[in-house]
Amino acid sequence: MSRLIDVENLTLQFDTDEGRITAVDNVSFSLEAGEVMGLVGESGSGKSVTAKSLMKLNPRNAIYGPDTNITLYLDDGPVDVMSLQTDHDMKIVRGGSISLIFQEPMASFAPAISIGDQMVEQLLIHTSFSPTQAKELSIEMLDRVGISDPKTRFGQYAFELSGGMRQRAMIAMALSTKPRLLIADEPTTALDVTIQAQVIDLMKDIVSEFGMGIIFITHDLGVIAQTADTVAVMYLGRLVEHGSVRDVIRRPAHPYTRGLLAALPTLDDIDAPLTPIPGDIPSPLERPSGCVYNTRCQEVLGPRCAREVPAFSNVSADHTAACHLHDSERDSL
Amino acid sequence: MKPLITAQGLSVHYALRGGLIGPAPFVRAVENVTIEVAPGSFFGLVGESGSGKTTLGRAMLRAAPISKGDVLFDDGEVEYSLKNLGKKDLKDYRKRAQLIFQDPYAALSPRMTVRDIIAEPLEVMGLTKSRAETDDRVRKIAAKCRLNVEHLRRFPHAFSGGQRQRISIARALVSGPKFIVADESVAALDVSIQADVLNLLKAIQEEMGLTFLFISHDLSVVAHVCDHVAVMYLGRLVETAPTRTLFSAPRHPYTKALLSAIPSLDPDDRGKAQKLEGEIPSPTNPPPGCKFQTRCPHAIDHCRVEEPILEAAGTEHNVACHKWQELSHRN
Repeated sequence: MSRLIDVENLTLQFDTDEGRITAVDNVSFSLEAGEVMGLVGESGSGKSVTAKSLMKLNPRNAIYGPDTNITLYLDDGPVDVMSLQTDHDMKIVRGGSISLIFQEPMASFAPAISIGDQMVEQLLIHTSFSPTQAKELSIEMLDRVGISDPKTRFGQYAFELSGGMRQRAMIAMALSTKPRLLIADEPTTALDVTIQAQVIDLMKDIVSEFGMGIIFITHDLGVIAQTADTVAVMYLGRLVEHGSVRDVIRRPAHPYTRGLLAALPTLDDIDAPLTPIPGDIPSPLERPSGCVYNTRCQEVLGPRCAREVPAFSNVSADHTAACHLHDSERDSL
Repeated sequence: MKPLITAQGLSVHYALRGGLIGPAPFVRAVENVTIEVAPGSFFGLVGESGSGKTTLGRAMLRAAPISKGDVLFDDGEVEYSLKNLGKKDLKDYRKRAQLIFQDPYAALSPRMTVRDIIAEPLEVMGLTKSRAETDDRVRKIAAKCRLNVEHLRRFPHAFSGGQRQRISIARALVSGPKFIVADESVAALDVSIQADVLNLLKAIQEEMGLTFLFISHDLSVVAHVCDHVAVMYLGRLVETAPTRTLFSAPRHPYTKALLSAIPSLDPDDRGKAQKLEGEIPSPTNPPPGCKFQTRCPHAIDHCRVEEPILEAAGTEHNVACHKWQELSHRN
């Protein structure tokens, strides 16, 4: 496998009327080609902002930290995403080597332009295809994602398609430019379970066929277990755990990951009590000092948790967690 | 035990803007549904979007038109037939049956304080005589819903999703209802907050002796909180059973497919699910015979002609499928 993207010390703040808030705090991770990374966390944990900042898709009041470094490895050599300034420069990244699928497919298609015209438009921007070639490829992609009668669907509008169909069309559109990285932001959350299962299958087929990397953002750990190779867990803008899907789900090392799993209703034991994580996620304006999770943590070790930001330490090979529980010098608390 | 609320052959039809010739076409949103909800029960209603579960819930609150059949309500104090409810009785029924909505962000007026939001049903229904009495009832129910009484003068924007849902619950409970329809009440919440709200609903139900109709598309949530479950597909009931029976021995192919589509938490369990092809048909143009035949892997010619009716498959277990017996021997 070859390296696809390196994210180092990604820090992102927003200037708001209420003050400067930190949305992403010193997040680092890497992705290989063909890897599916699940990005998990509650609402407000900074999953979407993190993913969007890989394409610098943030509003004007966003301020990146000075140490932030995002390197995208393309065939023509590495691209330093942070150095791209104008929208024109960003073209090779946005919709070119990175595509994005949103949660709500109804909102991501323009309502008054046919699905086909939207697919062709982006191909004309990002590729050297002629309009005829672009149309042929679009119809082929619609067929690939399992849309019946793709020629008719090509001329239809978003409202004429069902939710599952729209999400398939969205995937077809995102893949037609052959991106190296696909960011899927809650792509199945708005769908029924049976349709969700179909879309998950489709995405798995696509990875094996195109060999692209996928960042799969979801709050549903079941979906992660079924799709991802690796999992990154976020809380209040910080990465708290990262590892293979088996390690993270079977041997969660961070108390927050353990809390998420305990709150999840499963069919294996329907009598098991549901244990919520106490309290709510704090407002980003009132970020706790030290470990951001210390205000809700069930396994707080002592004052050090509220004082000192825990560094990442290895729990096992390729499985890391940022928690003082796993510090080597745990005795010195 | 006598059921608290019964839907008897209940149908809800909506007229479509029709052609000029012939009778106006209509959508059978709910068709010939019979369910009995025992007092103190936590009754789950599941199905995909478009299956008619919300419409059925609303009809049981007389918030959707009853086209055929009836809904009978009997809480020991009053007996109502919802189809023929007079204005005065309907007003009284409103205080006995309430609804909790899905989206706690849309359900609360941003211009009203939490106190006013919770007090509004009392004032509209004229259930209290003085402001002091209203305040007292609001405070009591807010405390039951684990809301900080100090925060009653704040506006909803100051609260998180979980707290807002607790405000919605307090508002639904303040009139002292016996029957609550909770329509996807935890669907918009994060898992941790979802667990908290579910635990609250269960605690309140036991404490106040309430009966819930819990509408959800999430079968794992239903498995954890409900004692009975009814599965709907395209306006029809396809299976009803006690929760344990439904999850251990589902009989209808649709129920089996729904259960199997839930993503398993075991990463080594991939690809084992039996996948359902296609999507739920449009209720304006339902297929003939069994409504599930277009997606059913076991459909035979008979299924395409005759619609199956609910039949007993065990104690309190009913299923509407021509082939359930044959299929249950197979696995």
